Amino acid sequence: MSGGYLLQQVLNGLVLGSFYALVAVGFSMIYGIVRLINFAHGDVVMVGAFAAFGILLVYGLPLWAAVLAVMTLGAILAMLIDLVAFRPQRGAPQVNGFITSLGVSILMQNLGILLLSGQPRPFNLPGWLRSNLELAGARVTVLELVTIVVTLLVLLGLTLFVRGTRLGIAMRATAENPAAAQLMGIKVNRAIATAFALGGALAALAGLLWAGRAGQIHPLMGFVPGLKAFVAAVIGGVGSLVGAVLGGYLLGFAEVLFVGLLPPAYGSYRDAFVFGLLILILLILPNGLLGRAAEERA
Amino acid sequence: MKLQRHHLAWGLLIAGGLALAAAGEAMLSGYERTVLGFAGIYAMLAISLSFSNGLTGLFSLGHPAFMMVGGYVAAILTFPANRKGFMLPALPEWMASWQWPLFPATLAGGVAAALLAVVAGFPVLRLRGHYLAVATLGLIIILRVVINNADGLTRGALGLNGIPRHTDLWWILGWLALCLLVCWRLKYSSVGRSLLAIRENEMAAACMGVPRARAKLAAFTLGAFFAGVGGALWAHLLTNLTPGSFNIALAFMLVVMVVIGGSGSLIGAGVAAIAITFLSEALRPLEQAMGAYGLVQIVIALLLIAMLLLRPQGLFGSAEPAFLRPSTAEHRAARPLSQAEEREV
Amino acid sequence: MLLSLEQLDVWRGASHVLHGVSLEVEEGEIVALLGANGAGKTTTLLTISGLLRPRAGRARLRLEGRELDLLRLPVSEIVAAGVAHCPEGRQVFGGLSVNENLRMGAFLRRDGEVARDMEEMRRLFPILRERAHGLAGQLSGGEQMMLAIARALMSRPRLLLLDEPSLGLAPQMVEGIFDIIEEIRDRGTTVLLVEQNAATALEIADRAYVMEQGRVSLSGPAERLAADRRLQEAYLGITPAESEP
Repeated sequence: MSGGYLLQQVLNGLVLGSFYALVAVGFSMIYGIVRLINFAHGDVVMVGAFAAFGILLVYGLPLWAAVLAVMTLGAILAMLIDLVAFRPQRGAPQVNGFITSLGVSILMQNLGILLLSGQPRPFNLPGWLRSNLELAGARVTVLELVTIVVTLLVLLGLTLFVRGTRLGIAMRATAENPAAAQLMGIKVNRAIATAFALGGALAALAGLLWAGRAGQIHPLMGFVPGLKAFVAAVIGGVGSLVGAVLGGYLLGFAEVLFVGLLPPAYGSYRDAFVFGLLILILLILPNGLLGRAAEERA
Repeated sequence: MKLQRHHLAWGLLIAGGLALAAAGEAMLSGYERTVLGFAGIYAMLAISLSFSNGLTGLFSLGHPAFMMVGGYVAAILTFPANRKGFMLPALPEWMASWQWPLFPATLAGGVAAALLAVVAGFPVLRLRGHYLAVATLGLIIILRVVINNADGLTRGALGLNGIPRHTDLWWILGWLALCLLVCWRLKYSSVGRSLLAIRENEMAAACMGVPRARAKLAAFTLGAFFAGVGGALWAHLLTNLTPGSFNIALAFMLVVMVVIGGSGSLIGAGVAAIAITFLSEALRPLEQAMGAYGLVQIVIALLLIAMLLLRPQGLFGSAEPAFLRPSTAEHRAARPLSQAEEREV
Repeated sequence: MLLSLEQLDVWRGASHVLHGVSLEVEEGEIVALLGANGAGKTTTLLTISGLLRPRAGRARLRLEGRELDLLRLPVSEIVAAGVAHCPEGRQVFGGLSVNENLRMGAFLRRDGEVARDMEEMRRLFPILRERAHGLAGQLSGGEQMMLAIARALMSRPRLLLLDEPSLGLAPQMVEGIFDIIEEIRDRGTTVLLVEQNAATALEIADRAYVMEQGRVSLSGPAERLAADRRLQEAYLGITPAESEP
């Protein structure tokens, strides 16, 4: 096995891991604050991809503008999902909110099929992103490098927000103890909306990057990758942002290595591997690597 | 045994079912019989899910995984022996010559699904709430990958075609009735009361000595058995199977039926299943005409969201229609009390 | 009159917890709210800060000549009006640092003196300086209590609602906490203090109300209640024979 091959795997792992990290962070933030798995999160990824398609194709905006627009759309969509699906279920048993989010997810996927056709469409980002580079024996596209860099920058920005700003700390406080947060004067619904908005923006960005890499978009593209990102969040410990990032990259590497190191015949087992890993982690390390045992809330 | 109101009601229900099956077989077209057949299969699936999920409060989305197992096992067993050998090369010699009739094949499918449930249940049932749900979703994905890859046994992505169309309304009615009977008897027994206790308050149930793990596993396994049966009947009604036949959308559909019927209500789940099946079929021509694919799913998703918002306990809650339950005071003792009812007593 | 509650009827779930509860707090007072477990003291505080809503009754806050109807205000506005609630069980943000907890106490403040107040809190409660960057969840019970009080004070409240500050604390810490409560009052914050430890509460309070099963059963100046036979028997565990000099 050459160094070039290994480097290739590392780079692939970083790219896949970046995608998972972006989506997992959103899952974790939302879960941390409302204690619910947002099944529709993966579908925000899908909408991000379609929005990018529309904006680039139809409006021909420069890339940076498209990225900002897509992220804004993702934020708004996620806040809408909170408003429509989660807020009405606040205070209801956990199961209800989670079934509702499953319903919203199915709704979004089928709205996608209805309005946008179930056929995959080709999606190509500007040519310069698709050009290849040779790096010490490994092949990588500019887009893949950009993905890694952008993800790290965005995550850094998020960390600064969540640790340094008044609103960011308020979000974390609300996730800890919503009643006590209210007594500080924090408006809980706003803190929750902020979490959704941030998660949605990141998910939409991930959708743009993912679609660019895959070269195509279709309405069901978000669900399974979204679930895998949830696995990543679980690995890192749901509710922990650092954990989500860690989990994302770990899962990315694990999946790439699984496919890369085993004989090709096993490649198609990758999804089974990921979900098998989920069940294993949930049994052995129920709080993931960095999560705290905050469950058993009455 | 005195003839009481509920005996009469059950009798009427069964007679009605028999009449429907007879009429259906005699008078309806192939398409209509298939729709009615699916309504019955969905009803059985929903009832078994309502029992295993609704009563225990377990949240399993795993029914499609068990249907996959049941469907494939049964189909492989009933597959015409003359084609089995070369279609499924990985099948051992002694099996390639088998060609089972529907009933034992269905039974085998159910049992296989139940075995999977026992094996998977040990790890997975320790999880709570939405973690359990995602783990069972994972089960569907894992199983789909496995079946896809074991193409020597299952023909992988190509799926199995030309499965003999053994399923008719009589078989469906029979299994539906059995499922309802078994779940009903269990619900109104001490087992059922244990399960309800677990749902209401797991810790309290543990303190009272309810063997939670075993009870949950038993409920889960029973649900899986009937899911396997459902898968087998499905395969022999539709006559083809692919790894994608039983998917997450189906899991969702079943959840909708249980939620709308009322989590824990067996009759409610059955009624909701039949209603939703007919609704979907009724809307399908509209979907075709408008080219609006996905419409049916959208309507169902909206129904679910609305129900959870406006009447989260579903149509029946965990109750059953009064006319089907014994009405005398002695029999009241056998009725499991929900927490709300306990407070009133 | 700073705070006035009239005939509050509050349900928690299906339970009718408060039955026609009325009380008043004047500016500059320490008012004690006493009673056994389940009497409704915490529910009363939760109703004042807006986390619970009554089905009947009135709750008014009078500040700078303005009168606010607490029942029509969301929690955030009640806090903004100058009411700080230090809840039962301390309820610090365990995953946040001590400093971050204090910053959250000042969430609504827009002036530039937050840092100065944080320093003042550290002077009042030296442990907060020692563990400034440590996680609040890792503090001991008593330290968390101090953090909770400091956090509540960070909003420069006019009215401080304190729910059982002495619960679970060692006796010498209890003395210290009550000294601090007096200092808080001396600096201009009115205090409504819920306590099961009636004896110590009555030592620092000006007036007190006693609640039983959701109703106010006794009220009056602290010294009078401290000498009241019924109170002594029920809450201080003193039998008539012992109380004879």
